Amino acid sequence: MELLNQVTQFVISGLATGSIYALIGLSFAIIFNSTGIINFAQGEFVMLGGVLTIFSLNVLQLPLLAAIIVAVAVTTVIGLVFERLAIRPLKNATPLSLIIITIGASILIRGLVMLLWGKDTQALPAFSGTDPISVAGATLLPQHLWIFGVTVLVIIGCRLFFNHTISGKAMRACSFNPRAANLVGISVGRMVLFSFVISAAVGSLAGVIIAPLTMTAYDVGVMLGLKGFCAAIMGGMGSGLGTVLGGLILGTLESLGAGLISSGYKDAIAFFILLLILFIRPQGLFKKGETERV
Amino acid sequence: MKKLVSTAFASIALFCLSTAALAAPPIKIGALFAVTGPASFLGEPERNTAQMVVDEINKAGGVKGRKLELITYDTGGDATKAVQLANKLVKNDQVVAIIGPSTTGDSMAIIPVVEKAQVPLISCAAGSKITEPVKKWVFKTAQNDGLAVARIYEQLKKEKKTKVAILSVSDGFGASGREQLKAQASRYGIQILSDDTYGPKDTDMTAQLAKIRGSQAQALICWGTNPGPAVIARNAKQLGLTIPVYMSHGVSSKKFIELAGDAAEGIRLPSGKVLVADLLPKNDKQRGSLLAFIKDYQNHFKAEGDHFGGHAWDAVMLLKGAIEKGGDTPAGIRNALEATRNFPGIGGVFSYSAKDHAGLTKDAFTLVEVRKKDWVLVK
Repeated sequence: MELLNQVTQFVISGLATGSIYALIGLSFAIIFNSTGIINFAQGEFVMLGGVLTIFSLNVLQLPLLAAIIVAVAVTTVIGLVFERLAIRPLKNATPLSLIIITIGASILIRGLVMLLWGKDTQALPAFSGTDPISVAGATLLPQHLWIFGVTVLVIIGCRLFFNHTISGKAMRACSFNPRAANLVGISVGRMVLFSFVISAAVGSLAGVIIAPLTMTAYDVGVMLGLKGFCAAIMGGMGSGLGTVLGGLILGTLESLGAGLISSGYKDAIAFFILLLILFIRPQGLFKKGETERV
Repeated sequence: MKKLVSTAFASIALFCLSTAALAAPPIKIGALFAVTGPASFLGEPERNTAQMVVDEINKAGGVKGRKLELITYDTGGDATKAVQLANKLVKNDQVVAIIGPSTTGDSMAIIPVVEKAQVPLISCAAGSKITEPVKKWVFKTAQNDGLAVARIYEQLKKEKKTKVAILSVSDGFGASGREQLKAQASRYGIQILSDDTYGPKDTDMTAQLAKIRGSQAQALICWGTNPGPAVIARNAKQLGLTIPVYMSHGVSSKKFIELAGDAAEGIRLPSGKVLVADLLPKNDKQRGSLLAFIKDYQNHFKAEGDHFGGHAWDAVMLLKGAIEKGGDTPAGIRNALEATRNFPGIGGVFSYSAKDHAGLTKDAFTLVEVRKKDWVLVK
C-alpha cells in the first residue's frame, strides 16, 4: 500500500515536471518546423518569462496578471528582435550556423540578465496558495493544476492554429517545402518570424507558470532547455501531441527512476533516453518514418 | 661628453631609487574569488568584504606603516582558471600570500601551486580535505563541514533521534557533507536509513521525499546550497512531511527564508554566529568582531553581511596579524599564522597549530531555527 502511494506520488510529480518539458519541447518544435533550426536560446525564453514576471511584480509593482502579461509580451518582442537581428540577415546560412547563432544568443541573453538582475535565485508567489491537494494518496499543489491547465490550453491552441488558420497552414507549408511555399505566394520570411514570436510566447509562458514551483535565476534556462529538447526529440520534433507525450514520459521516467532506482541517475536517465531514441528511432517515438522522400 | 651622460643617468637612477625607498612599496596580497558563476553567492560577498577590510586597514595607516595592495581575480568557480590565476599571482604579481578561493574544488586545485611556490594560502572554502592532512602552506577560515555535521548530530542525540534520512546535492559541497554525515554517524549512534541525492539544478524533489516519507526516518538532513534546499522545503510541505528537517550551513542566509517562504518555518540549521549576532550573550568572544563586521558591511553595500563575507574578513584580519608579527615574507607570514591563537573572528575563535590549519571547534556553529521568517537560537 505504501509502495502504491509512493508510486502514485512519483507519477503525479513526474507528470507535473513532464508538462513543463512538454511546453518547452513544443516551443522547440514550432521553430524547427518552420525553419529547420533548433533554437538553443529556447531555455532563455523560459528564464526570461520567470525573471521578467518577478521584475514587473516587485519593481514595477504591477498586479500578478499584468506582470505575467508584461513578461510574456516583452519576451515575445525579444524573440521578434532576435529573429530580425540574428536570423533574418543571414540569407543563405546553413541550419548549422544558425543553430550556433542561437547558442551565442542564449549566452548573450543569460549574461545580460545576470548583469541587469543579478545572480540571485528569486521566487514568485504561487498563483493560488500553497495548500497541498490530496489525490489518491498522493499530493500536489494548486500550481501543478495551473501547469496542467496551461499546457492543455496551449496544446489545443497550437492544434487549432496549425490546422485551422491560414497562417498556421502557411507555416506548415513552409516546413514541408519552403521553396514551393514561396512559389504559391507565402512569405517564408514572415512565417519564420511568426514561429519565433509564437515560440518565445509559449516558452515564456512556461517560465511564468513554473517560477512559483521551481524558482528562477539567470541560469535556469540551460537545464530546462535541454530537457525540453529531449521531449521534442522523443516526439520527433514535430507532431504536437508526440512532443507532449515525449515530455510526459520523460518527466515520469525521471521521477520513477529517482524514486525507485536512485536519485543520482535522474539526469542520466533523461539523456540515456535521448541517446537511445536518436540511435533507434531518430524520427521520434510516435512518428511514422518519412515516406514522401524520393 | 660620454661621461657626462652616464653620470646623468646614474644620478637619475639613484634619484628614482631613493624616492622609491622613501614611500615603502605596498605589501601585495593576492585574492581569488568565484565572483561569477555558480558559486558567486560565495565569491561576491567575499570579494566585497576583502576589499572593504583592506581599504580600511590602509585608511588607518596600513600594517606597520606599509599599505596593503589587494590583487583580486575572478575564478568563476572554474578550477582550471583558478590554477592559471594562482600561477599569475605567484609569478607575475609576486604576492606574499593568497586569500580564497571560494570553493573547495578551486582550493584543492591550487594547493599544489602554492605548496610549490611556498606562498601561504588562506582558503575561504569549507571542505575538510583542504587542511586534512595538514599542508605546510595552506590554512582555511571557513568552518569545516564536519563541525556542522557534529553540531546537528549532537542535537539529534540530545533529542534521542537515531534514524535519519539524508538528501545531498550532487556537487562538491554535497559530496563532502554526505561523506561527513556517513563518517560521523556511528560516533553519535545514528543510523542512516536512506541516502539520496539531487542535482544542483533540479526543480522537483518530491520523488526523493516521498521515498523518505515512506521510511522510518525520524529526521531529514539536507545538504546543499540555494536554491535546492528551498525547493526541498517546499516539496516537504507539499508532501506533508512531519519529521524535523535540518539543512546545512550552506543556506544560512535570509535568502533561504525568502525563497522557501512559509515552508521554511521550523527548519533548523547550523550556522556561523553572524546570523544571530544580536542574540548572542554579552560575554561572547566573537561579539565585538561580529557587530563591527555587520555594521561595516551594511554601510558599504546596503546589505546584511553574511558568513560568506565573514570568511574573507577572517582571512584578511588573520593575515594582517601575521604580517604584524612575522614580517612581510611568505615564510614569516606562514610561521606567524601557524602561531595564531584565540583570534576572535567572524567564523569562530581561531587557534591554528602545526597539527591544525583549520583552527576552529564545533563551537563555531550555533544551531538556529526559522521562526516567523527569522532566526532563533535552538536551546
